[in-house]
Formats: sequence, C-alpha cells, structure tokens
Amino acid sequence: MKRAFPILAVLTTILLTYASYRALKIAPTDALQGDVYRIIYYHVPSAWTAFLLFFVNFIASVQYLVGTNSSTKAAGKWIVIVGGVIGAVAPFLPPVEHVLPTGMRPSAVATTVLLIPAFYFVIGWLFPGERLDMLAVTAAEVGVVFCTIVLVTGPVWARPVWGIWWAPGDIRLTSTLVLWLIYVSYLVLRRFSSSAQTQTLAAALAVFGALDVPLVYFSIWFFRTQHPQPVIGGGGSMDPRMLETLLISWTAFLCLAFLLGWSRFRLEVFRRQVEEAQALESLLGAGASTAPSLPLDRGSK
Amino acid sequence: MNATKFLIAAYAATWLIHGGYILSLVRRFRKLRQQVKELGKQK
Repeated sequence: MKRAFPILAVLTTILLTYASYRALKIAPTDALQGDVYRIIYYHVPSAWTAFLLFFVNFIASVQYLVGTNSSTKAAGKWIVIVGGVIGAVAPFLPPVEHVLPTGMRPSAVATTVLLIPAFYFVIGWLFPGERLDMLAVTAAEVGVVFCTIVLVTGPVWARPVWGIWWAPGDIRLTSTLVLWLIYVSYLVLRRFSSSAQTQTLAAALAVFGALDVPLVYFSIWFFRTQHPQPVIGGGGSMDPRMLETLLISWTAFLCLAFLLGWSRFRLEVFRRQVEEAQALESLLGAGASTAPSLPLDRGSK
Repeated sequence: MNATKFLIAAYAATWLIHGGYILSLVRRFRKLRQQVKELGKQK
C-alpha cells in the first residue's frame, strides 16, 4: 500500500498533464465563445467530482447515524434496498417518464438511483464503525475544495461570456453557493466543537446538506436559469473530441480527488491516534502527580 | 482583459486552490509529527 500512493501520484500527474494538453490544444475552439470555453474542462469535472464527494459524505453520514444500534442498521439496509428497487423501476413507468425533463433518459435515472444502494453497501463494508465518520469528514473537506474551484472558475468564465461575474437570483448559482456554505459550516462544526455529540450533529447536518445536491444538479433542467442547459444527457450536442476531453479531464480530477482523499483520510486516522495518545499521557501524568497528595493517602499515613 | 486571460486566470486559480490544499495537508501532517515527537520526549 505504501508503494501504491507514489505510483498513483505519478499516474495522476501524467493524466492531469495529458488532460490539460487536450483541453488547451486538441479540443476544438468553440464557434460562439472562442477559447474561453476551455474553462469547461476544469469547471465541469470539478463540479461532478464535488457532487460525488458530497454524495459519499451523505452515504457515510447516514451509515454512521443508523449504525448506532442494530435495529436502525437493519432498517436502514432494507430502506435502501426497497428504495433502490423502486427508484430503478419507477423511471420506466409512463406517469414518471412523462415528468422527466426532455432528453433525460429513464435508463440514466435508474442507473443513477441504483448507485445509491451500491455505494451504501460498498462504503459500509470498506469503512466499518468510526472509519465511516473519518470518511465523511474526508469527503466533505475534499468536496469543499472542488466546490470552491467551481465557484471561482464559474464567475471567471461568466464575465467574458455573459458580461457579468454573477447572476444574482439564478437558482443554479445560488444553490451551489448554498451547498458550499453548508459544507463549510459542517467543517467549521467539526473543527471547533469538542462536544461528545459533534460527530452525530455533523452527520445529521451532512444529511440535510446533501438534499441541496439534487437541487443544484436538476435546477438547470426544471428552472429557467442564466446558466446553460446540460450538454450531456440533456438533449444537447457536443463535438466528440470535446466530450472525450471532458471525460478524460474528469477521470484525471477523480484520480486527484482520490489521492487528496487518501491523504486526508490518513491524516484523520493519524490525528485521532495522536489525540488518544495525548489523552492517555495526560491521564497517566495527572495520576502520577496527584496520587501522592490524595486526601485518602494522607489519612492512611 | 481579453478572453484568453480569463482562461489562464481560471486554470491558475484551480491549481492555486489545489496547491494551497496540498500545502495545508503537509502542514497538518508536520504538526502531528511534532506532537508525536513531544509525546516521545515526555515518556
């Protein structure tokens, strides 16, 4: 495992360099926007990566909350299975299919819904007990980094294309900002609260915060926004070289997110070990220094 | 500022944010290692 990290780091660097080269040199120039559209190769993959990380945080938080006792754990498992089955079948039913926005395929919705139970069980299996909480904080922190990139590159792209840095009241932009604020408050809560209930409170906050993710994602499907409509899966079209570059860029960013997450997870494990050692040390130290001066000891002498 | 400068600004900002985060991770690792050293000295 120790060798895997540097190997993956080298591969990620190569992939990121190749993705950037494709983004700047291979992908064709957009007829309307010119070269500035190339921000898409950093902006969109960062957004997708942030959503995925917040989703991991949501699953880990739910698992952490329901894992407190065996009955809620079993109930959670069955709710996820039943929800997954219903969610996979429902998009093919005519009344539901009718509600789906134009260009959104039922098979795509069903696959996305099926990812929920898949992630739920894989994460529960790979990260048992306290490790779920460590995964949740890791995913939230790395997710905030990627979401920050989305919020910075978005206005830089908007200025030359829309003529404004920010469209006040635009639901996609506002909900993304709210999402970022929710996860920043989650991290602030974890950083500055020393209560025994912090982990549970943070997990509950994460569950509510995750409700904003579908709002951000679907806002451009259901509302008229300044933000453009999706070009993938939304009935839009994209040059194959552009699409290929976008997917390579996303793969590179996913690898980077995995490396950052791996480092952050190790940091969290290390931090907790040091905290435990410090607590034990202070307990032993306090015991050694106060023991001779205990009233009972004096009395017995 | 022409459009290319916006492109450069967006790419530079992305790498600055990632670089900053990696530096913060390194700093936090160093701080923990320092705490482990201090714990070792106390023993």
